Amino acid sequence: MTMTTTQPDPRLIPDGDLRIVGKPLPRVDAVGKLTGATAYADDIELPGTLFVKILRSPHPHARVLSIDTSSALSMTGVAAVITGSDLPTKYGIMPTTQDEQALENEKVRFVGDPVAAVAAVDEETALAACRAIRVEYQPLEAIESIEQALLMPSDEPIHDDYAGPGNIHRLAALEFGDVDEGFTKAEHIREDVFFFEGNTHLAMEQHSATATYVGDQLTLWSSTQTPHYVHRALSKVLDLPMGHIRVVAAAIGGGFGGKCDPFSHEMVVCRLAMLTGRPVKCTLTREEVFYAHRGRHPVLMWVRTGVDKDGKILAMHFRTALDGGAYGSYGPASTLYTGALQTTTYNIPAYRFEGVRVFTNKAPCGPKRGHGTPQPRFALEVHLDKIAQEIGLDPVELRRRNYVKPHTRTVNQLRITSCGIEEVTDRVVQASGFADRIRRPGHGMGFAVSSYMCGAGLPIYWNKMPHSECVLQVSRGGVTLFCGATDIGQGSDSVLATVAAEELGLWPTDIRLVTGDTGFAPVDLGSYSSRVTFMAGNAALMAARKMRGILVGVAAEQMGCSPSEVEVCDGKIGELAFEDAAVLAQERFGVLSTHGTYTPPSDLGGSFRGAGVGPSPAYSYSAAVVDLDVDPRSGEIHLNKVWLAHDIGRSINSLAVKGQVEGGVYMGLGEVMGEAQAYRGGLHKGPSMLDYRSLTFLEMPEVDTILVETLDPEGPYGAKEVGQGPLLPVIPAVASAVHDALGVWVDEVPVTPDKILRALDDLAKGRQGRFGPKSFPVVPYPTMYKVALPDAAPTKL
Amino acid sequence: MSQAQSSAIGSREVLRLSVNGQDRELLVKPYTTLMEVLREDLRLTGTKHGCEAGECGACTVLIDGVPKVSCLVLPAQAEGTTVTTIEGVANGSTLHPVQQAFMDAGAVQCGYCTPGMVLTAKALLDTNPTPSEGEIKQALAGNLCRCTGYVGIVEAVLHAAEAGRALA
Repeated sequence: MTMTTTQPDPRLIPDGDLRIVGKPLPRVDAVGKLTGATAYADDIELPGTLFVKILRSPHPHARVLSIDTSSALSMTGVAAVITGSDLPTKYGIMPTTQDEQALENEKVRFVGDPVAAVAAVDEETALAACRAIRVEYQPLEAIESIEQALLMPSDEPIHDDYAGPGNIHRLAALEFGDVDEGFTKAEHIREDVFFFEGNTHLAMEQHSATATYVGDQLTLWSSTQTPHYVHRALSKVLDLPMGHIRVVAAAIGGGFGGKCDPFSHEMVVCRLAMLTGRPVKCTLTREEVFYAHRGRHPVLMWVRTGVDKDGKILAMHFRTALDGGAYGSYGPASTLYTGALQTTTYNIPAYRFEGVRVFTNKAPCGPKRGHGTPQPRFALEVHLDKIAQEIGLDPVELRRRNYVKPHTRTVNQLRITSCGIEEVTDRVVQASGFADRIRRPGHGMGFAVSSYMCGAGLPIYWNKMPHSECVLQVSRGGVTLFCGATDIGQGSDSVLATVAAEELGLWPTDIRLVTGDTGFAPVDLGSYSSRVTFMAGNAALMAARKMRGILVGVAAEQMGCSPSEVEVCDGKIGELAFEDAAVLAQERFGVLSTHGTYTPPSDLGGSFRGAGVGPSPAYSYSAAVVDLDVDPRSGEIHLNKVWLAHDIGRSINSLAVKGQVEGGVYMGLGEVMGEAQAYRGGLHKGPSMLDYRSLTFLEMPEVDTILVETLDPEGPYGAKEVGQGPLLPVIPAVASAVHDALGVWVDEVPVTPDKILRALDDLAKGRQGRFGPKSFPVVPYPTMYKVALPDAAPTKL
Repeated sequence: MSQAQSSAIGSREVLRLSVNGQDRELLVKPYTTLMEVLREDLRLTGTKHGCEAGECGACTVLIDGVPKVSCLVLPAQAEGTTVTTIEGVANGSTLHPVQQAFMDAGAVQCGYCTPGMVLTAKALLDTNPTPSEGEIKQALAGNLCRCTGYVGIVEAVLHAAEAGRALA
């Protein structure tokens, strides 16, 4: 295990010496959130604010022939009306997906695509003015499914920015090891087809943004998980230097990936603030949020696996087809993620992945908790259950025989370091009694494992800046931590404060935080890919240790002892109160400022095209057992209990970690039980919180959270991620438990009562007892790119 | 923008109510919701909006002690009532036992559902100081949360009930 010289080594800290790291402490932002004091983006209202409503396309696919805003402009109370000609520059989250216009003036690609925007004295007036805008459309053939998107369009492709053919956005075909040989040697081969319906984040907070433009300085307050990327997109679209733009992530009422893209309404309020000179605000309605989407892709999957007589995997071929909706968004990454992390749980010696993403006339898909990996995880785990059943092996045992080992490299060249997959398996199996379960009619238990990244190893656009930076300032005895990281509810502010407080002998609430602010805090790439604890946590640790060194040095001199004799704890630096030591140091050096950075090691993955997706400085591991009852007459599932063991590396705050596990379990259960972003004729089937079936208190079962600490060699104090991983095994574990209960497979998420009943009907007719897709479409995948095995690859270690 | 200002003036009516212990008298449009009155006229932004259709519970306030989604309450229905918002729950800077229990149990993550949850839980404990877990879930079932999986919230309300019993 090589360590780069700049990374702090958590092994220097003996387990018992941590004062606050790992303790179940309250969040640093809890009081504000509990008393109503915290300002979310929609709570910000500056004097003289104009309010924006956006006119959106009623057509799933149409050419825009003309837009007449004259009546709207002449209405009393209307300050400005803009269309695509005011914001012509295209943008998108990835360098390869610059395909969105803040307001479309040539073509609309989904119901809800923005066309014009009005700023007025109030929302009511802005809405009335929107209705007065006349848009002439020429409707085009609407593409509504993966299968339809794979045919040549009868009118025209949805985009002409991509190579196609037709509505194909992205293709991938990668092979690692000799897959044909593996299948030839296999004792047993199985093929399955699965479908995972799309679903959405449904954060409680609707997106909101307010902009001001004063003296050539633009400021945007927004509900965004990625202020740095919004900053870049604004600079491009508005043609303003980065130095004249400040993006502030307000307190965020839930993200889950839904606030990771630069959004139309953010561009719109900025342009309108520049035009009117007034503060301009836009808050999306709940229906608009459903169409803003960027959620889980619907994915069709086909998997073929060959195993030897002992159940050891010899070869796997995995195909995916993603319904991307109307725009590129994170799509190229999403596509590769459906094939990247199969290998981080199982040792697959020969692996072939083919993926395709297509455009359809639906709200754009993007990253949702687990980004592109829950769908293949569902397919893979259920597929392995079926193999185990066929060869007469216990499903847990089959998996154990194939688990990856710590400090190894996968066939697709991903570096695995700490790995608690054995431990999380042992713990859930023991706690749940899975192996010795006694079943009553309709009762079932299911098991599954998963892993997830602790931050993407590469940034979204190529740059050599650190992935995260922290500045720690001590002035007049007070400590302020500046970091671009954005707390979206996951608790990243508390993580940063805990790290700084641990090192400086303080309490987390002693640390003032300036986060998610591109004007004042150094760069952090954002709250996505479960990167913040690992990356910003390491940057904070480095900055805090430097500050500790300065304060200890001054205190040692004052005390006439060596720095190693100075103890830092309980608000004291040696014999000095923290504040006295800080003032003493400031008298000598001026304001105290230290800086910490984190850049992932460069050897995390391969160098082939597509190798940028999957590498991470560490992987978390989760295992789940679900216990449920299914009524064979109604098909209704009653969830009894979920056991979830998670390899957290080390908890920075065990209370926050438990909350993330429970939330991940809940969100996974929601996806498998009924959440669906489904469409009919280009319209969302139920864009309301009543129709979109998320779980309430009444459906949510008991959760037994088990934390396994593997002390990752590079994580801050050994910590790894928890925001996304625990969702992943829950979905296949439910499908598996339904099979355990009734002997039928529902190979399609969500696993709803009607599908269970159809599978039972299938069984009654003497067939397989299955509900799911029958076949995988023919896809013009490109020629297979055969990647050299890691041994043969040039090593940078 | 004198031209602009005139458009906002439609027919208005007087709304008299008590909010967090203070009598208020406001001029409001008859179709304005109580949520808008609280957030926009009184700037009590702790009352959150998540759907404006009575589906999520984020805008819950107590009207005469009963939890109601304020996005479905019109001025005529709020006239003469006593309203408690999240800003009126703590005693100065001392958290209410329900708030304290939420903090200690880790029942707050993004915090957007929190005001509605706290108020609904407070109303439950005001009328039933010893609720069962089932009663807690029933009482809070109209409030959605996307972060916590509800587990920490149920624990918090149970703890708050215990703390209340210890005080009694």
